[in-house]
Amino acid sequence: MSKLLTVSPSPHIYGKDTTPNLMYGVIIALIPAILASIFYFGWGAVIVISVAVISSVLFEFLIQRFLLQKKTTIQDGSAVITGLLLALCLPSNFPVLLIISGSLFAIGVGKLSFGGLGNNPFNPALVGRVFLFISFPAKMTSWPQAQGFQTQYVDASTGATPLSIIKEGLDKGDSISQLMDKIPTYPQLFIGDTGGSIGEIAAVALILGLVYLLLRKIITWHIPVSIILTVVIFTGILWLVDPSQNADPLFHILSGGILLGAIFMATDYVTSPMTTKGMIAYGISIGILTVVIRRFGSFPEGVQFAILIMNGFVPLINYYIKPKRFGEEVKNG
Amino acid sequence: MLRTFRKGGIHPADNKLTEKNPVQILPLPEKVTIPLSQHVGTPAIPVVNRGDKVKVGQLVAKSKGFVSANIHSSVSGKVVKIDSLPDLTGYKKPAVVIEVEGDEWEDSIIQSTDLQKDITLSKDEILEKIRESGIVGLGGAAFPTHVKLILPHGKKADVLIINGVECEPYLTSDHRLMIEYGREMLVGTHILMKVLNVRKAMIGIENNKADAINYLKGISSYLPGIKVYPLEVKYPQGSEKQLIKALTGREVPSRKLPVDVGVIVHNVSTAYAVYEAVQKNKPLINRIVTVSGKSLKNPSNFVVRFGTSVQFLIEAAGGLPENTGKVISGGLMMGKALNSLDVPVIKGMTGILIVPGNETKRKAIEPCIRCSKCVTVCPMGLEPYLLMPLAQNENFYRLENEMVLDCIECGSCSYICPANRPLLDYIKLGKVEVNKIIRERK
Repeated sequence: MSKLLTVSPSPHIYGKDTTPNLMYGVIIALIPAILASIFYFGWGAVIVISVAVISSVLFEFLIQRFLLQKKTTIQDGSAVITGLLLALCLPSNFPVLLIISGSLFAIGVGKLSFGGLGNNPFNPALVGRVFLFISFPAKMTSWPQAQGFQTQYVDASTGATPLSIIKEGLDKGDSISQLMDKIPTYPQLFIGDTGGSIGEIAAVALILGLVYLLLRKIITWHIPVSIILTVVIFTGILWLVDPSQNADPLFHILSGGILLGAIFMATDYVTSPMTTKGMIAYGISIGILTVVIRRFGSFPEGVQFAILIMNGFVPLINYYIKPKRFGEEVKNG
Repeated sequence: MLRTFRKGGIHPADNKLTEKNPVQILPLPEKVTIPLSQHVGTPAIPVVNRGDKVKVGQLVAKSKGFVSANIHSSVSGKVVKIDSLPDLTGYKKPAVVIEVEGDEWEDSIIQSTDLQKDITLSKDEILEKIRESGIVGLGGAAFPTHVKLILPHGKKADVLIINGVECEPYLTSDHRLMIEYGREMLVGTHILMKVLNVRKAMIGIENNKADAINYLKGISSYLPGIKVYPLEVKYPQGSEKQLIKALTGREVPSRKLPVDVGVIVHNVSTAYAVYEAVQKNKPLINRIVTVSGKSLKNPSNFVVRFGTSVQFLIEAAGGLPENTGKVISGGLMMGKALNSLDVPVIKGMTGILIVPGNETKRKAIEPCIRCSKCVTVCPMGLEPYLLMPLAQNENFYRLENEMVLDCIECGSCSYICPANRPLLDYIKLGKVEVNKIIRERK
């Protein structure tokens, strides 16, 4: 007996999922939204997306290699996702230098300062997005009109988003029925023929991404469905109570960043809860906060803030909300 | 809709290479090494001396205490050594070495293979027979069977579950037994029902064994009380608690026994061993062992006498392939990696699996991305991502509160983890430490 055998504890086989696999799966799920953004905003979308992705990956590489002096992890694909998600919530005419600063903030402060992938409490892309929103509010709220490759990158003709039309109109004292004439129809909103950030406008592309994520079992339905259902119910109640001051639920779902946020940002592994019960509590809270900000806050859109706020509660949710243990509740029958 | 347990579970490729291979009888080796502790509980005490002649089925070691089991000689020949020798764990444990001479059986054993249907013995006589025969749970746990048949005071069982799930990849010993010895197994089930005084027996079999399900359904249709249930294929359905949940909907509470919800579970191979002991007077001296692996020349199912060396068994299946990395006793999900082939086959050994060297290397551990897949697959509703760092940081009190002792060590968490984290390794460590703390508290 001379052959040396390997000895290790069980199990002796492993599944096929790897971190890069899952990350690239998310990137694939974002492809319809990327294509839609290019379809509607042309070169502007190409520039914003490329700059955000390249700068995010580059900053991750440079900071890990030279500042932290440890192994770089850019091949896991998570920096690409951060760049993509940041790009998708920007206007198509956003200046290159500001995109780069947003990427630096997202990767440097949002992710690596906490210890890199797996340790960041807040979604890095949203951290970058909010940094840009607070630092450059004017640039972050000028939304070019979608004209495909006719859309200018510099000096684009800009217009308001449906959410801001409603918000400003209501503040002026107009009623919803008057304002509804000024916004695109629901089918237009569904296919993305409207104003807004490059990635949020096309509902159909985002839903395609959701179907892919669910089919590949990268995420479960709990977070996106609980956010969307909560928004529908909450806005539905407001709408039923006073239809002259509140837009209907379908409008709320199809406009703004709810789908992008619910499908791709709130579901970020690192910053969302670990148990299904926790995910539902988190989703419901995001839904409520989003509607509260949209309806009663000073910004037309609130989903990004809602997700960031709930990111902060995730450790608490994980501590208090436990999965149902096997045999916890004895049912005999 | 097929029955299954709801919470967690995984679907590893089942690779049942040997499911169509009829059971072959392994030739007798030149000597056998029979460990005196092949079961959960106190080791048996030897009753033979060096130089003694023994027959097949003769008692060589007597059980000591309640939770223990008799050990019988699996061959005829001469006792040449009673010494401490390495067993599956690699530790030296007392064992009896017998040099094989001929194949002479005890006269009391009925060697004919005729089906003996009528159960003539009384409940107590059956129980005594099972105890004498050294039967232990043959699904892998090797818990003495008679102990499970004597219900604790005040407890009552109304259902007997016969476990034919065999959810581990590659293993087919139970599958072949159900097909080739199905009638005997059913008589064994009746015997167990009689001892336990239950009227209902449920045989749970995963749906990837359609031939066994159809065969047993056919031959059991006229039997009162016994019913075969096909189950959805999902690991770890063979685990006692998960199988009870799948078949009856009852949940065994944390740290309680199946009998607390009125259920007793026995493996199909155990039911067959009970048949042999009660109807044929044959003590437990052999079992079916699957020898398998993609690199192996002739994956097979063998009837093996206990004490035969694993080396001998692998030779019979075509020899150890050159590129072998690991040899596993049991299944790939829960089995034990052997450090030597010079160890004996024992009662609890369901299979020997060969894993090539290139598949044995673990991948580098990456940071947890909190994907929550481990929480999703845990059949016990635990949070492996949390238990691992608690064990690493020796936070054993919190670990106990997070119910680490409920872990059934199925390995689903380590299997699914995309970041290759050794979740189960640390959870096992944590369980040992928490158990220590609990013992000290008493």
